[in-house]
Amino acid sequence: MDSALLIHRLQFAFTVTYHYLFPQLTMGLAPLIVILKTLAIKKNDETYNQAARFWAKIFGINFAIGVVTGIPMEFQFGTNWSHFSRFAGGVIGQTLAMEGCFAFFLESTFLGLFLYGEKRLSKGMHWFAAFMVFVGSWASGYFIVATDAWMQNPVGYEKAADGSLQLSSFWALVLNPWAWLQYAHNMSGAVITGSFVMAAVGAFYLLSNQHLQQARVFLRLGVIAGLIVSLLQLFPTGDWAGKMVAQKQPVTLAAMEALFDTQEGASLVIVGQPNMATRHIDNPIIVPKMLSFLSYRRWNAQVKGLSEVPESDWPQNIPLLYFAYHIMVGLGTLFIAVMAVAAFLLWRNRLYEARWLLWVLMLMFPLPYVANTAGWMTAEMGRQPWLIYGLMRTEEGFSKMVSAGNGWFTFLGFAGMYTLLSVLFLFLVRREIEHGPDPVGPSEPTKPAVHNLAEVR
Amino acid sequence: MPTIWFMIVAVMVAMYVLLDGFDIGAGAVHLFIARNDVERRTILRAIGPVWDGNEVWLLAAGGTLYFAFPLLYASSFSGFYLPLIMVLWLLMLRGIGIEFRSHLHDRLWTSFFDVIFSVASILLAIFFGAALGNVVRGVPLNADGYFFEPLWTNFRVGIDNGILDWYTVTTGVVALVTLVVHGSLYLATKTEGDLNTRARQVAIALWPVEVLLTGASLFATLYIRPGVLTNFLRWPVGYLIPIIVVASLLYLFVALRGKNDKGAFLASCGYIVGMLVGAAFALYPLVLPASTDPNLSLTIANTATGAHGMQVGFVWWGIGMVLAAIYFVFVYRMFRGKIRMQEGAGGHGY
Repeated sequence: MDSALLIHRLQFAFTVTYHYLFPQLTMGLAPLIVILKTLAIKKNDETYNQAARFWAKIFGINFAIGVVTGIPMEFQFGTNWSHFSRFAGGVIGQTLAMEGCFAFFLESTFLGLFLYGEKRLSKGMHWFAAFMVFVGSWASGYFIVATDAWMQNPVGYEKAADGSLQLSSFWALVLNPWAWLQYAHNMSGAVITGSFVMAAVGAFYLLSNQHLQQARVFLRLGVIAGLIVSLLQLFPTGDWAGKMVAQKQPVTLAAMEALFDTQEGASLVIVGQPNMATRHIDNPIIVPKMLSFLSYRRWNAQVKGLSEVPESDWPQNIPLLYFAYHIMVGLGTLFIAVMAVAAFLLWRNRLYEARWLLWVLMLMFPLPYVANTAGWMTAEMGRQPWLIYGLMRTEEGFSKMVSAGNGWFTFLGFAGMYTLLSVLFLFLVRREIEHGPDPVGPSEPTKPAVHNLAEVR
Repeated sequence: MPTIWFMIVAVMVAMYVLLDGFDIGAGAVHLFIARNDVERRTILRAIGPVWDGNEVWLLAAGGTLYFAFPLLYASSFSGFYLPLIMVLWLLMLRGIGIEFRSHLHDRLWTSFFDVIFSVASILLAIFFGAALGNVVRGVPLNADGYFFEPLWTNFRVGIDNGILDWYTVTTGVVALVTLVVHGSLYLATKTEGDLNTRARQVAIALWPVEVLLTGASLFATLYIRPGVLTNFLRWPVGYLIPIIVVASLLYLFVALRGKNDKGAFLASCGYIVGMLVGAAFALYPLVLPASTDPNLSLTIANTATGAHGMQVGFVWWGIGMVLAAIYFVFVYRMFRGKIRMQEGAGGHGY
């Protein structure tokens, strides 16, 4: 691979992967915070308000890092992928600009009100601010997913005289079927992260015997929401996504499954390593005919293998794609199992004493991050060698005027900057969790909803 | 239609400079006019609830530029690769400087973030000014409409341009002084007592500098790009722009003497809008002149996207702006008035 191309890919992959660690939590927590605020009003119980304030602090730190790492994303389309931008900007610039106009303005405004305005707003208005933060962050998610979906399944465009693409149908772009399915799958993935993190903090407090009342709220909400979205993640959203790939990108499906030869009644590989030299899977554990059924709802349906197309049209890194996909699916299954057991014990009123399960819940919170990252790796590496599926190859899209040396310089800069951000982030979140939610006083809340711990103390 | 979108992008950039300009300016003077922790937190509280929304104008303008003029976006962003990535780093540092500073009440921690915030703000102002200077001066475009500029070459305005030369350094300094005045005036409107006085003193001290630099940059621009006058001769309505600039500067002086902070801030707004609109008006229909061969210059015609995209964009853009205006009015009303810092009282994020 051309070294300039490699570094442009590396930098974008690194910055976008790192960035998405933060929005997945904020988008996941936003609806949970709305639920907490709703419960506080409905039950007139200050416990839920304190819980919401605690999570608002975590949300605030994550949001700040999400914002500062998100700004580079929009600009790197131009700085690192200028040939792609010139070719397709007339189409995907639309969704990116709409994100700014519709989501960011809304989000930044109401987040300010939500974090700093609790004293100045009525209860109802503060609930509304929380709700609008949720709407804004989820709208933002849609525009970004729609942008990616257009690269996966380009629609609503036409070729202009100079060879670039321009918009021919706004609604085709905004209502791209790929976008809706991927959005559903992605957002339930984000709520999985939110629920597991919330449950993990609750489990940590119970295990360390502090903030017991709040810990139970966190666990209850985390486990119930976690079970629902873990199930949604598999069915119907994961199922939709799989069928979509089978229909629109059959080569991608074959690569995800490392299916080298076309088969009727293709089996689903649960465990095994693709061996690119011999073109088969080592030590496989399979479910016969399952892949055919999942993809086409017929046990004997034909699934196209990689050998149907020339190797130049294969995704470049099939083993990595295969593992990313299998890790995502495997973890998704694990999430359902753990949350089902936890929900059962919650229903039987035994969850809070089941220390072994609390340990599991506490230690599991990194795994949704892994699963979400692996899922996006599957989507983006699966699209290769195309940058825009069927229209532009990745090696055609990068900034030819930016040399590899300049790319390495900025890549290293980003790596250093993000290391600093990680250290600060972990330090601040640790402080918040150590401090915990404020206790519920006998009267009105004496502590404000701020993320400034020192002042609260 | 491309002309309308050219105006829209110009207006959005102007909105960004007006709004984020005051919090960048406030950041630039942060270390110098706030003498203790209470005063520094006062400054942060004056911009805390709004800086993020202000910065969204940059993203919205960037996105609009992206879809309306894809080639301009592609060419300029990759050509200005190094300074643009540095701007991104500075924006990050500034963001964490504001947001993380008050998490700990520890002198080392807060001093560290104060310095980060202030230095990043100063550099950002200079970078933005230099960027505008580069656009006015022109860049070494090739036949495909692309270019790449090193950070500096020989500091001369010629064909082998660097990002920095004597002209763009000048515009960078103009931007810094302008935004420092702008930010100080915003702080003056939001504060009381010593901080208010000191903020106004900064503006008073810098007013003559601002006037001198405005004149100097004007002559420098005429020297390197005499063609900027063409549009003024063609559409005499353009002469309103220098009149607005001069009137704003004069009124700024009057308002400062009368301790009318709000009036002075508005005058500064008028000055900034006048300068930016003037630059856009003078360049039109060019959007990125070529320093190599004038025929290679990027214009609104050769960079614009198709008609359908521009028309539908116009519809949702209008809706989006109405919503954004409502939010902004709401949030600025919500946090209007002077910041009063009471020791020991909670309720503040900064």
